[in-house]
Amino acid sequence: MRPTSSAFIANAHKAIADAGLQKALARSKTNWQARRAAALAGLPEFEALRDAGRSIKRHVMSNLDFYLEEYAGRVEQAGGQVHWCATADEAREAVLRICRQAEARTVTKGKSMVSEELGLNEYLEEHGIVPVETDLGEYILQLRNEPPSHITGPAFHLNREDWEESFREHHTHLAADRVFAERKDIVAEARGVLRDRFTIADVGITGANFLIAETGSSVIVTNEGNGDLTQTLPKVHIVLATIEKVVPTLEDCATFLRLLARSATGQDISVYTTFSTGPRRAPDLDGPSEYHVVLVDNGRSSMLGTDFQEMLHCIRCAACMNHCPVYSVVGGHAYGWVYPGPLGAVLDPALIGLDEAKHLPAASTFCGKCESVCPMKIPLPKMMRHWRERAFERQLNPPVERSMLRLWAFLAQRPALYRLGTRIAARMMAIFGGKNGKFSRLPLASGWTDARDMPAPEGDTFFARYAREERAGRI
Amino acid sequence: MASSPRVALFVTCLVDMHRPSIGFAALKLLKQAGCTVEIPRAQTCCGQPAYNAGDRATARALALSILDAFAGYDYIVAPSGSCAGMIRHHLPALIENDPNLAARARELGAKTYELVSFLTDVMGVTSVSARLEETVTYHDSCSGLRELGIHDQPRALLGTVTGLSIKEMADPDVCCGFGGTFCVKYPEVSARMAKDKIDDIASTGATTVLAGDLGCLLNIAGRASRENVPVMVRHVAEVLADMTTDLPPIGAPRQS
Ligand code: SF4
Repeated sequence: MRPTSSAFIANAHKAIADAGLQKALARSKTNWQARRAAALAGLPEFEALRDAGRSIKRHVMSNLDFYLEEYAGRVEQAGGQVHWCATADEAREAVLRICRQAEARTVTKGKSMVSEELGLNEYLEEHGIVPVETDLGEYILQLRNEPPSHITGPAFHLNREDWEESFREHHTHLAADRVFAERKDIVAEARGVLRDRFTIADVGITGANFLIAETGSSVIVTNEGNGDLTQTLPKVHIVLATIEKVVPTLEDCATFLRLLARSATGQDISVYTTFSTGPRRAPDLDGPSEYHVVLVDNGRSSMLGTDFQEMLHCIRCAACMNHCPVYSVVGGHAYGWVYPGPLGAVLDPALIGLDEAKHLPAASTFCGKCESVCPMKIPLPKMMRHWRERAFERQLNPPVERSMLRLWAFLAQRPALYRLGTRIAARMMAIFGGKNGKFSRLPLASGWTDARDMPAPEGDTFFARYAREERAGRI
Repeated sequence: MASSPRVALFVTCLVDMHRPSIGFAALKLLKQAGCTVEIPRAQTCCGQPAYNAGDRATARALALSILDAFAGYDYIVAPSGSCAGMIRHHLPALIENDPNLAARARELGAKTYELVSFLTDVMGVTSVSARLEETVTYHDSCSGLRELGIHDQPRALLGTVTGLSIKEMADPDVCCGFGGTFCVKYPEVSARMAKDKIDDIASTGATTVLAGDLGCLLNIAGRASRENVPVMVRHVAEVLADMTTDLPPIGAPRQS
């Protein structure tokens, strides 16, 4: 996916003016936020679980090579193959190689953000292979040729009317009087179409929520069951996963599953949680005859040992974006790359570079809501600040901002001069704005007055008034 | 601790320049609570503009001047959750790698409080003598709420103001869109966030909105005025210190 993160301001402008998008985004409160809150209310040990999850992740990140090797060994013992890929290119090539060996024409896919990161669909299409998304949200996006706008609800930005419109355009078999009044009508239509595709697919590609080192299993969590069909029906199953997904044991995985479902959708547990270990064995009734794991680094290992290491703890629950006041105004596409919201504001600069993604960590008020809801307690604002420090060092922020900051810093370190400067400024502003109590335009401060009036200051500064009161013996 | 702790008032740069009455309200409340209040002359700003812009060197330089300016007091109190949070949590983080100063920074941080929570949690204030015949709604500023746990304290004291009733808004804990330089760097996003906040405020029917941070208040007042929403905007300390009779709300025309 080609990033448009550097156009964040223009993207946000478009998003704010888009009435359909704003209608969809308004659902965040009732859907995600309220459900999560209700689920947590019924789980007093949630805080303890968060701490447990965090310490498992810390341990894994300090021993990542060990657990990856253990995991890979178990996959091979179970009859699977592991393809280690350092870059996106290597990962795409590995997937293509496996597909070619299987003489694949159609590939079904479960939801995978890594696949988006790799731009896998376009790549497969370029090489004559038809990818079919089987997650409902991903499927409609494929019809509309749009990227996901959310990591757990990829089509969160769409309304029911949009689904209907896309179905009518692409599903030519649809009767004109077919009604799409409710979600279940939409699901029924998509299921009908997808069922046929499942049966003709040669390869199934899924992501992985977790990789379990002690058993060599990959775990996927879905609410539609599409992932199960994707990985059991075709003769070849490819698991596409990044290296930080590995957890030591089944027991550890259970800790994360409890955190994930509640944080993501407010469920106690997702509808389908599927563990797969290697290809079909002799007594198995179904399952693929080949099982491949394409294990992707693509920038993760370079975050180890840096200020950003903890970002690798993320379990992709989306709670941070579901509660983010900026995401809820601009939506996911405005962020301009695969991972939106606070998670993306930290991860995207690491994966696509700060030159492209510099707005993302800057476009935050540091309100701290994301960190407060993150099940892994990832200090997202702190890491966004670290990115701002990198941007400042590299002079990526606008020259005007830098010179204003320099002037302010010069004064703020010289209290006497600062007193004088603020006194003059406050007086001037009070004289010009005092009668109305506000300014609707201010030179040098259009960033403020374009969006809101500037209330006029009282007149004198605190320090000037205080000195006067002191002299008059009133204090 | 002596019965009359020596408190350094950190006025904060916004209050100094824009609404000094909040500083005087703080002074009055601290004195009423039995503190000996001093105003260190060498103070300017907590350094957040630099810190949040990624200019760590400047933020650190300011942190060092704060360490000196506020040395030797029992407590440092600011009428702002954001500035108090900066000194309490971020200043020690800025200096943690300096073995010479880290302990001093941590000690200073631990002595630093936001005004209202200091009054209730440290000085044990349970009521104020003030009057305001208005229905108010209270916005929880982000840093105060999430860095310092300020939520119940202002509501408890406001509950003792004669004539005042509190009507909660839908999501008092959602950011108003100020965010320091965020609001001028991303004005459109900020304005939309402020609009949502003002809608929530207006739906309560309250005549006055209060908060503990002047930055948020300027943003809310400025946006409400742009949208012609006739709500009065004030800092919570003005109300608690009973200064509302002579002091027009933020952004209101000057009385003459
Ligand atoms: S950063 Fe935290 S809240 Fe956001 S997706 Fe990752 S785990 Fe969930």
